[in-house]
Amino acid sequence: MDQHFARTDMLPPLPPPIAERGAVKWMRENLFSSALNIVLTVLGVLAIFWLVKSSLPWWLNSVWNANSLSECRQIVAANAGEGATGACWAMIRQWWGAFIFGFYPPDQWWRPITAFGLLLSALAPVLFSGQKRNLIIVLGGVAVFLLVALTLADAPGGAFALAILLVAGLLGLALVQPGRLFWFTLVYPALCFWLLWGGPIWSPIVAMAGFGVLYAVFRLSSSVIGLAPAAGAGIVAAAFWWLYLEEPVVRALQTALPFALQSINSDQFGGFLLAIVIGVTGITFSLPIGILLALGRQSDMLIVKTLSVGFIEFIRGVPLITLLFTASLLLQYFLPPGTNFDIILRVIILVTFFAAAYLAEVIRGGLAALPRGQYEAADALGLDYWRAQRLIILPQALKVSIPSIVSTFIGLFKDTTLVAFVGLMDPLKGVTQIVRADINWKGIYWEPYIFVGAIFFLICFGMSRYSMHLERKLKTDHR
Amino acid sequence: MKKSVFFGALAATTLVAGLAGAATLEDVKARGELICGSNTGLTGFGAPDASGNWTGFDVDLCRAVAAAIFGDATKVKFVPTTGETRFTALQSGEVDLLVRNSTWTASRDSELALDFVAVNYYDGQGFMVKKDLGVSSAKELDGATVCIQTGTTTELNLADFFKQNNITYQPVTVNDDSEAQRQYLAGACDAYTTDASGLAASRATMPDAENHIILPEIISKEPLGPVVRHGDNQWADLVRWTFYALLVAEEKGITQANVEEVLASTADEEVKRLLGASGDMGAKFGLDNAAFKNAIKAVGNYGEIFARNIGEGTSINLARGLNALWTQGGLQYAPPFR
Repeated sequence: MDQHFARTDMLPPLPPPIAERGAVKWMRENLFSSALNIVLTVLGVLAIFWLVKSSLPWWLNSVWNANSLSECRQIVAANAGEGATGACWAMIRQWWGAFIFGFYPPDQWWRPITAFGLLLSALAPVLFSGQKRNLIIVLGGVAVFLLVALTLADAPGGAFALAILLVAGLLGLALVQPGRLFWFTLVYPALCFWLLWGGPIWSPIVAMAGFGVLYAVFRLSSSVIGLAPAAGAGIVAAAFWWLYLEEPVVRALQTALPFALQSINSDQFGGFLLAIVIGVTGITFSLPIGILLALGRQSDMLIVKTLSVGFIEFIRGVPLITLLFTASLLLQYFLPPGTNFDIILRVIILVTFFAAAYLAEVIRGGLAALPRGQYEAADALGLDYWRAQRLIILPQALKVSIPSIVSTFIGLFKDTTLVAFVGLMDPLKGVTQIVRADINWKGIYWEPYIFVGAIFFLICFGMSRYSMHLERKLKTDHR
Repeated sequence: MKKSVFFGALAATTLVAGLAGAATLEDVKARGELICGSNTGLTGFGAPDASGNWTGFDVDLCRAVAAAIFGDATKVKFVPTTGETRFTALQSGEVDLLVRNSTWTASRDSELALDFVAVNYYDGQGFMVKKDLGVSSAKELDGATVCIQTGTTTELNLADFFKQNNITYQPVTVNDDSEAQRQYLAGACDAYTTDASGLAASRATMPDAENHIILPEIISKEPLGPVVRHGDNQWADLVRWTFYALLVAEEKGITQANVEEVLASTADEEVKRLLGASGDMGAKFGLDNAAFKNAIKAVGNYGEIFARNIGEGTSINLARGLNALWTQGGLQYAPPFR
């Protein structure tokens, strides 16, 4: 009898062979795919092993409580035996105030803390415009941060309540009308200046009023004398206000309604407070200046073009250190003797110029990347120059340049440590040198660098992640 | 000592000094505060503590001048200056006085248009080696590797010394004191050279200080002292004689604690003139007659300042050596108050 065998159901698929799946496959493909790769992998593993082996005890033997480096060494020797090495983080414990705030008086620490919290609140509407959820997350985070940090810093009750109320108000506004948050961003620079440097509250208010004067004169006269002359008149009126009227007005208001914070001198600023003040101010002001310079360089007007090119090439041709020395040394010679032109302000101005010149070239690259058709389309629509730039050219050019712009910002922020060379207390060299001048901590080497480096990394990594987020958000192509 | 006087020289030759007003004392009085150029941080000589209060050997001299002018040693602001910015800060009028362990040299005195008014510390360049190297004199360092800070006068002194003694060395250049110390301890160099005061401070903080010795040779002269601008002799006199007042006070046994008592009981005419009990010594400098008494009362005499900041009771543990009074075999000698 003929026997037939017919399978009625499918066999279950076998798993792939061991060499073709899971970790083994990954290692075969990525680590051991060729003779060269095998050698490199072995060498790499050896290098990592050696690094970990030599540094791990140092990390594991860390000492957190001691009053001097020699005490640290004794503790390490007692715990891990003679000749063992260990990190001495006790130094950070004793000096962290100087690393973060410089010599800002400790009873006033709540002021930079509040200013920092509000800085995030002021940046949020710019960074996350139109993204209600992100806005609320940031503002909520700021509220929690302020609650914790202000409690730790023993902020006076009134200031504490005001700061929390302000952030709560902003949070409420974000829920109802997120667009209105920009107004807070506009007021923030004056508020921040007043919080950090102190003095009568009227000086920042009256200084901001100068912009009000500018706008009022512009609006009133523009219908009579035309746009450009009206803008000129507005600027002249505002300059007049700042130069001649500001001081008497502030004095009058201060005698009528005295309200002031304790004044803090610039020489008390230091550490990350100084780095962030210089960095954030530089970043904020260099972007608009850089955009204007980039447009100026592409302009057909001879004088505008020459000035822009001259400025950009001069600043880019000189090292930042030279500009800092100019700020700290040469300017003093040019100004009349006895003029007290604040050193931090001088440094901020030159750092801003420096970053602006680099940004201008980055943005020019973005402008050059746009096809000619975009410019012609703007012309064909009948848009004037500024409308064309604002609505068509710049949004695309800036989008293309985001990675380079953020690179420049990160570079600027890290460059703030160079102010150590003009005697300012930057966190990396300035504060570290002071710590080492203390006989108790003389000879400490890696710990301050690692601590400062870690904070810098956090901030710069944050900026980098944000730029990637922004690129994804603005992505309009369909690739 | 940092040599980078480039910026100072540039500024001085292009924009010859004298820009800042000549009447420094009037400016200081009008401002109500003395501005003193100090170090960005040098153990024992000048550095702020964790709460921002400046202390140190150089800092105390600034305080003494402030006390002489205002009768109040707290009316002084310290501006940290780096090796590059210090002389220009003084020339441009940003500081009134520079007390920042600066070596008095002929070229700084002449071409930088500065005046060194006194020597508050006689320093010199020395060597530190590990004991087990078996060296007892710097002349035996033939072929040694030496850690040295770049861009300082110590680098030139080192080259001169080895050339004169016909021996060779291998320089290991480092950026600053802390790096030099680390390299030396890690065995990257056999010897470490810098100012003797700096060597002592470094040695004091080493984990195994007893295994390191400072060789007896001092190969250079480093007279450190307060500096003022050229052209304001009244101000220079004031600083110079405030310093001398502290020296005379030590010589006469006047201390911070007993100054009032001495004033009431002394029969020594010079002491009376110094403390303002007779004559018009303070007024001659444009100050209150009790100016020097105030200075001594604020910071103590020279010996007390030394002992408090860098002397043998402190961890830095420097001997008086050349800085002893002339009566005790040192070089510190003050002209008479007459």
